[in-house]
Amino acid sequence: MTVLQKKSESPIAHLSPEDVELIGIELDAIRQEVLDSRGARDARYIRKVITTQRYLELGSRAVLLASVFPPAWILGTAGLSVAKILENMEIGHNIMHGQWDWMRDPKIHSTTWEWDNASPSEQWKHSHNELHHTYTNVVGKDNDLGYGIMRVDEDQRWHPMYLGQPLWNFVNACFFEYGIAAYDLELGRNLRIPKEKRSEDFKARAKATLKKIRRQMTKDYVVHPALSIPTGSFLPTLAANFTANLVRNLWTHSVIMCGHFPEGVETFEKKSIEGETRGEWYLRQMLGSANISGGAATHMMTGNLSFQIEHHLFPDLPSNRYAEIAPKVRALFDKYDLNYHAAPLPKQVASAWHKIVRLSLPNGWLDDTNAKNAPKQLAKLYKMTTGGPKVRRLIEAADRRARNDARINAA
Amino acid sequence: MTETAVRTSLSRRLVRLAEAATTPLLPADYLDLVAPLRPGADLRARVVSVRPETRDAATLVLKPGADWAGHVPGQYLRIGVDVDGVRQWRAYSLTHGPRRDGHISITVKAVPGGTVSPYLVHETKPGTLVHLEPAAGDFVLPTEARKLLFVTAGSGITPVIGMLRNLFPVTEEGVARPSGKPAHDIVVLHVAPSEPDSIFLADLRALEAAGAIRLVARYDDQHGVLDLADLAGLVPDLAERTTYACGPGGLLDALTEHHESAGLPLFTEQFRPTMIEPGEGGTLHFADGRSVEADGATPLLEVAESAGVLMPSGCRMGVCFGCVLPLKEGAVRDLRNGAITTVDPTTSAAGGVPIQTCINAAAGDCHLAH
Ligand SMILES: Cc1cc2nc3c(=O)[nH]c(=O)nc-3n(C[C@H](O)[C@H](O)[C@H](O)COP(=O)(O)OP(=O)(O)OC[C@H]3O[C@@H](n4cnc5c(N)ncnc54)[C@H](O)[C@@H]3O)c2cc1C
Ligand code: FES
Repeated sequence: MTVLQKKSESPIAHLSPEDVELIGIELDAIRQEVLDSRGARDARYIRKVITTQRYLELGSRAVLLASVFPPAWILGTAGLSVAKILENMEIGHNIMHGQWDWMRDPKIHSTTWEWDNASPSEQWKHSHNELHHTYTNVVGKDNDLGYGIMRVDEDQRWHPMYLGQPLWNFVNACFFEYGIAAYDLELGRNLRIPKEKRSEDFKARAKATLKKIRRQMTKDYVVHPALSIPTGSFLPTLAANFTANLVRNLWTHSVIMCGHFPEGVETFEKKSIEGETRGEWYLRQMLGSANISGGAATHMMTGNLSFQIEHHLFPDLPSNRYAEIAPKVRALFDKYDLNYHAAPLPKQVASAWHKIVRLSLPNGWLDDTNAKNAPKQLAKLYKMTTGGPKVRRLIEAADRRARNDARINAA
Repeated sequence: MTETAVRTSLSRRLVRLAEAATTPLLPADYLDLVAPLRPGADLRARVVSVRPETRDAATLVLKPGADWAGHVPGQYLRIGVDVDGVRQWRAYSLTHGPRRDGHISITVKAVPGGTVSPYLVHETKPGTLVHLEPAAGDFVLPTEARKLLFVTAGSGITPVIGMLRNLFPVTEEGVARPSGKPAHDIVVLHVAPSEPDSIFLADLRALEAAGAIRLVARYDDQHGVLDLADLAGLVPDLAERTTYACGPGGLLDALTEHHESAGLPLFTEQFRPTMIEPGEGGTLHFADGRSVEADGATPLLEVAESAGVLMPSGCRMGVCFGCVLPLKEGAVRDLRNGAITTVDPTTSAAGGVPIQTCINAAAGDCHLAH
């Protein structure tokens, strides 16, 4: 894949500027309909989710006090994993988006919510709400595309270090909350700056993050295990909490990958968003997101990010409404002949992983490789990996020529 | 260490342990699930009963949280209720003196088209949890005995009934006159559109029958709208009395003028909050006293920034909520869909209403808590 602006067949070539603005007007109308009917039902919904999550977390932690008994360990760990996922996704993520600010309840408000995650909500809101949601899928601007450490697009030059990308991605998935914290801190960029030149702002934020991490760790790995000592469950509870965090990390990472990584989701050029109109902004969100199809449980456990398209169009609408407006949004895609990207979770996860593996290799390598030419392809990959930039460039140029010739011959 | 010092340091340690176990939430977030009225909780109350007074008025008896500090009759409280999912704050006078069961009560008249009062009168169910602020207001009686005149109009009877019930509790034997309370000489001039609309008329009549007060009732439909020139006729010893008046702004303004020119003492309580009429643009005020003119089409964020005020911001297009600041008072218009948000101190949460400055423009004078 490549940024939309450089594609030979653009999926939006058939839209006139008027069409794009009409799409914007229709989407504004869908948004207004929800705003006009927002009320007690929605408030009841989020309060119920919050209350359920709190009882689930309390109950699970209580069961884990006796986690030396295997059934208690399994039940408590499963409950705590679900509680943590609910807290991060349907509750934390959505409240911090301001989806529930309209209730004017200071306890359920984007300016006061703190979530069960390593990154302080203040920093996460900045990198997620301000950067990712504004610059969705703009290569070089939206660091969510690969969290700044991965090759997510053919246009990014291949380097042998990207061969490790599937492994990093897996490690990042396991420790996702710390990955997010590091990413919110722009840790990579800041660590490259000599210590004495780092900004005061960075130092303050790093301190806040460390404090949050210390608290989180004390809770999960000291206090609750210690409370389990009377039943001899210190280590089992510690393991349970670690497992719940791991499950939460893997799950959230998978869901988030599904949102923007699956094959067929578009990326955009930096230049393309200069002076973007509201219609164009909407269009970018439509093409840059992918949904997960599934039942009510899937939607709840993904924090309704299974409606990633609807969420990106209207990040501040209450999450329980995404399912309701999805058919209207989908009809709009059909009307303007656009691809509404939706597939079940396993398929989207597989697709995202496929893309990560494909891009970890030189352009075209994975597609060109079959059982017959595998030895030759491996030899080529070896040469590209060990041969230095000049060798790489030569081979890349030869490949491009060969692909061009093949295309011309086919035509 | 003394025994109490040991105990407080132990309980402090327990609190810290509980905090470490519940972070990033607080132990209170869990305790609120089961004991929302416990000591130390945010001030709340549970609705015990809702009793209709007239067709469009009802008394709500509330069981306040443990930290309710009590009130002086005549004072009001601010109550926060969720109407259509949105937390709204309104002021209501307390209509009982301190009660033995520790409950408090307010009496609400449903204002046609109002947001909160019809909800409180017609839709509130016993058991509902509401939010409170401590009692406030200095519409209260002097401690030594005096000759008093109460002028009440419409629902303006509420603080007065609170005072009267405190002075003359109703017991099984009827209206009592407990010793130890100042023996005021009281006239109540009660004004209402018509007799059936009068809240607490039965109470006033019982007090009169017991000789506790002299009641002068004036109904617009029977006697015509009250003319203050008649006041001296209705209350011959007016000059000796201290007047307490509560009712619509118009009546209070007229009474203030009347009493000022006659040189008579007057205490008033006005129910109608300062109304904020949304318009186009206005002056934007900041917490540090600075201010700048804002037109009706430019987002407050831009207005503030071009005046050199450092503002939090992010996407600048209404998506990220990075620019949210509390509006303490004023009116703003959402530039995307024209939606108006008005905030006045009596009808909003204590800290103001948080708004997105990047998509809201001034629709009147605005005070930002920034
Ligand atoms: C100190 C204080 C004490 C109060 N005590 C009481 C009390 O004991 N009992 C009681 O019923 N109310 C009392 N009020 C008034 C109460 O706070 C609300 O203003 C009233 O209930 C209307 O609220 P609402 O949300 O229904 O109307 P809103 O939605 O706020 O207003 C809707 C419309 O009604 C008009 N309106 C607002 N208030 C009034 C009013 N008081 N009379 C007529 N029209 C109005 C507005 O101009 C507006 O057009 C008191 C107010 C104050 C400031
Ligand atoms: S700056 Fe992003 S919502 Fe206002």
